Formats: sequence, structure tokens, C-alpha cells
Amino acid sequence: MFHAITLSPLMGQEGWLGWADPVERARKKMTARTLYDKHIDSHTVCALDDQGHVLLYIDRQVINEYTSPQAFSGLREAGRRVWRPGTALAVVDHVNPTTPKRVATMPDAGAARQVAYLAENCRDFGIELLDVLDKRQGIEHVIAPEQGFILPGMVIAAGDSHTTTYGALGAFGFGIGTSEIEHLLASQTLVYKRLKTLRVSVDGELAPGLTSKDVIMALIGQIGASGATGYAIEFRGSTIDALSIEARMTICNMAVEAGARGAFMAPDDKVFAYLKDKPRAPQGALREQALRQWRTLRSDEAAVFDREVQLDAATLEPMVTWGTSPDQAAPIGARVPDPQHVSDLILRQGMRRALDYMGLEPGMPLSDIVISHAFIGSCTNARIEDLRDAARVVRGKQVADHVRGMIVPGSTQVRDQAEAEGLAAIFIAAGFEWRQSGCSMCLAMNDDVLAPGDRCASSTNRNFEGRQGAGARTHLMSPAMVAAAAITGRLTDIRHLGEHP
Amino acid sequence: MSLQPFTLVTGKAAPMLAANIDTDVIMPKQFLKGIDRDGLDRGLFFDLRFLPSGAPNPEFVLNQPAWQGANFMVVGPNFGCGSSREHAVWGLKQMGIRALIGSSFAGIFHDNCQRNGLLLITLEQAVLHRLAQTISQADQAQISIDLEVQQIRLADGRLIPFQIDTLRKTALLLGLDAIGSTLQRSEQIKAFERQHLATKPWLG
Repeated sequence: MFHAITLSPLMGQEGWLGWADPVERARKKMTARTLYDKHIDSHTVCALDDQGHVLLYIDRQVINEYTSPQAFSGLREAGRRVWRPGTALAVVDHVNPTTPKRVATMPDAGAARQVAYLAENCRDFGIELLDVLDKRQGIEHVIAPEQGFILPGMVIAAGDSHTTTYGALGAFGFGIGTSEIEHLLASQTLVYKRLKTLRVSVDGELAPGLTSKDVIMALIGQIGASGATGYAIEFRGSTIDALSIEARMTICNMAVEAGARGAFMAPDDKVFAYLKDKPRAPQGALREQALRQWRTLRSDEAAVFDREVQLDAATLEPMVTWGTSPDQAAPIGARVPDPQHVSDLILRQGMRRALDYMGLEPGMPLSDIVISHAFIGSCTNARIEDLRDAARVVRGKQVADHVRGMIVPGSTQVRDQAEAEGLAAIFIAAGFEWRQSGCSMCLAMNDDVLAPGDRCASSTNRNFEGRQGAGARTHLMSPAMVAAAAITGRLTDIRHLGEHP
Repeated sequence: MSLQPFTLVTGKAAPMLAANIDTDVIMPKQFLKGIDRDGLDRGLFFDLRFLPSGAPNPEFVLNQPAWQGANFMVVGPNFGCGSSREHAVWGLKQMGIRALIGSSFAGIFHDNCQRNGLLLITLEQAVLHRLAQTISQADQAQISIDLEVQQIRLADGRLIPFQIDTLRKTALLLGLDAIGSTLQRSEQIKAFERQHLATKPWLG
């Protein structure tokens, strides 16, 4: 069963989507609102036209070293100041090395220039910076929640597509480009066009060995890499309710790989407990006041979504990608699909190209694919629970001789915690490299780069051509599945390998 | 920063119809290490445009005589997906690309194009398919795009109308500086902010 092939974005989608009657929808929308509507309404400074454009107030932004330089240069050239510097938090994460001993020296002149310019900009414009030696440093979407910088009800924009992660806390986060960063720094607002809404209901109990990564990969496989383009997704259902906050972040994080410009989950007691002792989260009476408002953050019962999709979590199997787009995914028990069975010309050519790039033959069992690298890291799957999952799999085992295994914690704090819990010792004993935090080989902007022909089992979010290195091949999967692949040396069904999450 | 206005532009249109062309492919990682926008034309589609030897790949569409120096590209679904890197758009602009015509574009990429005066035109799949067939013939590659009247004119005189939001159209036609326009509303933003933080003081 290959969801990605039979249900592509190019083919008719009406067959599996519930479309609401437009007149009825318009009537209900008069009163009942979705969680997305509530966020946009409460952050609208003014409407800009009658075509859905508004001036949207942004509560927080996170800044990194590689998408922000030209934004600050723009401010400097125009002589503009930053509107509210305290609402921004800057961190070095994309270009820094992750070698086991932390160093402030960057791997190349370009990276050094970006890091130095970020420090200069933060100093001149009054923005707090977590530099590479800071104990709170880490990947932006890991450290922002960790610091309590993200709260339910907030609207957050940042120069990184995975800003959707914050939906797991009941905030609305979305990625923006550098010009928009400049606009936001200068005005605390963005010119914004309202999205359509898509509700994804995920119900049923996940089988042992399955994680939230498998849920989001299955969804992307089902609706396609542009299946949610133009939409904000709200996730609901018993499966979501049962997940931890970190597991929910994985789902919201990768919603952008289906094209979603934002992903939500209504905040619940788990979220409020998660925030309780976070450094920047409100405490005492202010927390009580906030809690009263946070508890109202849910879609109204009668709210109608523009689209609905259902996913049965109980039938899911561990997922892996075989191609060069995140929707080219299949259960680990499946075989590499055959392009000949696809009627759409563009899709067929795309599959041929993907299989050629990936060096795979149609019909080959996915579990026969031999890897050279195993990478656990990224804003998708490098939080403490992910490392615990992986450690359970590798405890007492050895990374296969032909595999280089790398673990890059999502933040310095996660790294410290993993060391305190004894996880680092398990990884090191198994033969993994235990490294410092950063985006690292998720996008290979630093010196963690694969060589042409390398094949990596990766807990990251994108299997694009060249993403982890020119000519390198990426298979996306959960951290537990990466751990299993590292041990056996090939893609492996976690359920056949003893201990699993 | 004001932008080059887009009014009537004539040039060659190059076909690139694969689905899900992502911004990693449009602008690979090794070109993201600058602190300015310079030199990104070199990085555009780098792994597709150049052979490992560094020589131009003769098979890549923008290297073929019929489409060299194209001002437009006719692209496949979900073009620009993935990373938010605006470097992809800066590279396209620096290569002389003024408009992209496709059936769907990724959200962040869409906004980045708008903010750089790069026109995106979305057409129905069937219309796009016919346009792609036309411009894929070397002697039919020349087209004109007239934003004012919202029409694409093909070499044989056929016209293809397209839709665009008024707000976007105006900004493109005039090459407006969005920040300058927004800051004219500073008092409104301040008033909103005071109210917002008064009712939700934990956001302060």
C-alpha cells in the first residue's frame, strides 16, 4: 500500500475528503470559530482589503544566523529601529559545528561572518542572543519551547519553515522569509492573508514501536507534499490527546512538509503542566490569569473547517521514505514502488527520477536497503524523549561495522539531561558519536555533510535531493527506527528488534 | 527598499515541470553563507545546472539555446516547497527571472516572491499544461506578461488571462516598499499593542 502514489496532489482529492456545504459553512462561520480564526481575529490590527489580507500582530519571533543578516542590513540601510526587541530571541544553530568538544570557532569563513554579524546585530538592536557557548543554546524550535518563550494563544513568526512546531503548545507559528523578518522587526506585524482550515482527526491507539513521527509521515504520504498548501491544520483526536507535548511537536513540525502554513493542537492540561516551570513562562498570579484565557483556546463545537481528513492510527505501521520528497513514504514492510503503475506522467517521471537518485530498484523490499549512516537529530526528533526512545533500542547492542552513527541533541540542555540520565553512555557504548547541539546534518549547512552516494537513515524532516550533501541519499523515519537501522545496518522494522518505544 | 515595478515584460519562458521542486534544489546550502544577497545567480539550480566537472550541464533547460536568458519559467506543482530560504528567490531574480507560472506554489516561497517583486501566476492544471506544450517548442518560447490587464500573450497571439489579488497586483505594479506602507500605520499598531498587552499581560 503506497499512499503517496495512489493519492497524489495531482489526482482528484474529493474522493477522500469531506467537503462541507458552502452555504451552511458560511452561516455557521458567522458565530462559531476555529482555533485558527481565534488566533487571527485576536491579532488583527486592521483589515487591509476585502480579499482576506490583514495587518497581523506578531507576539514573538526567533532569529537565527543564516536567514536574518540581510533583514538587519535592511534596517540599517533605512535607519529603522526594532519595534519591540524583547519579543525576539536569537540563537546560533544552523552553521555551528557539532564536534563533541564545544568550540566557538566556526567551520568556515562564511559561517564565522554570519555568527559575528548576528552578535553585532543583537547588540546594536537590543535583542537577546544565545550564542554557541550558552548553556541554553540549541536548535531554535527546541530551545524556544524549552525556555517558555512560546505560550498558548501566541502568534509567532520566524525565518525558518519549521516554526509550525509551536502549534503543539496551542500557539500559531509559521515560517517567513528574510524580507518578512525585516518587516516584522520594524513593525511587529506582517501583511498576512488568511488561510483555509483543515482539520485532521487522528484516532486509535498506536501499536508498540510506533511514534508520532509515523503519524505525520503517514499523513504526508496520504495527502501529499502539497496536500495542505494554503491551509492551517488543526490536529485533534484520541491519538493526539494521548501523545506527550514533545511527540506533538514532531507532528506540528512536519506539517509544513504537507504544505501547511501552520498547525494547531488545542492546548490541554499537558501543555499547561509542560509550561509550569519554564524560565520565561508566567508564574504565580499571572499564570492563573493566563490559564483562564488558555483554557478557552479551542475551536468552537459548531466550527466548520474548510476540509476534514481522518487518519486511523491503530492501523499504522512504522514509516520510511524511499524517494526524494517526504510524501514518497511507505510502511517498512512494503517494497519500493514501481513507476510503471502510475498513470500521471509528471508523477511517473518524478518517481523515476527519485528512484534513480536514490539508487533503488522497483520491487525491492524496503527492509533490504543497506545504509552507511544513521543520524538522530533536528528540530523534528532530537528532544529528550526521542533520545530515550533511541537509547532503549540500542542499549547493549552495537552499531553495525559499516555504519557511522551520529547523535546530535536538539539543545545543549537536552544533551546535559541525556548525560545525566545515562543515555549518552548507552550511545557511546553502542558506537555512536555523541555530539553537541545544532541543526547539523538535517540540512548540512555546517561541516556535517554526507558524501555522494552515502545513504542515511535519518530522524529529520526532508529527504530532498542533496539535502544532507550533494548526491547523498536520505531515508526519513522515527528516531527508534534510525536506531534500529544503525544496529542492523539496513532499514529495519523496529517491531522485530526487541525493545522499542 | 523599493522594487523594480512589474508592468509589461516580454521574454522567453522555460519549462521545468517536475513536481515539488524544493528550495534546497533551487539554492543549495553552500550558497547560504553570505550576509548580503550577492552572487546567488551562481548558486541557482546549481546541482542541475552544472556537471561535477563544473561545466554547464547541456541537458538543463536554462542551458539550452532556446531558453537561455529566459525571463519566465513554467513550473510544476508545489514549486518552492521546503526551506524558507529567501536566497532561492534572490537567485531567481539575479538570473533575470521575473515571473513563474505554475499550478501551485509553496506558501513561504509565494510570500518571498511577492516581497521581491517576482510575479507568481497560478493557472488551472489543464491551461498550464497547454502553455507548457507551447513554450516547450523552441520557436514558441517567447511570451509577454501584462500585469495591468492580467494576461499572458503567447507567440502565436493567443491570450491566457490570470487572476491576482488586488493588493498583490498593486504592490507589484508600483514596486511598493511594504515596510514603509505598514509603518504609516504605526499609531494603529501602537493602539492595538496597548490593548493586546493590557488584556493579556503575560505577553509583555
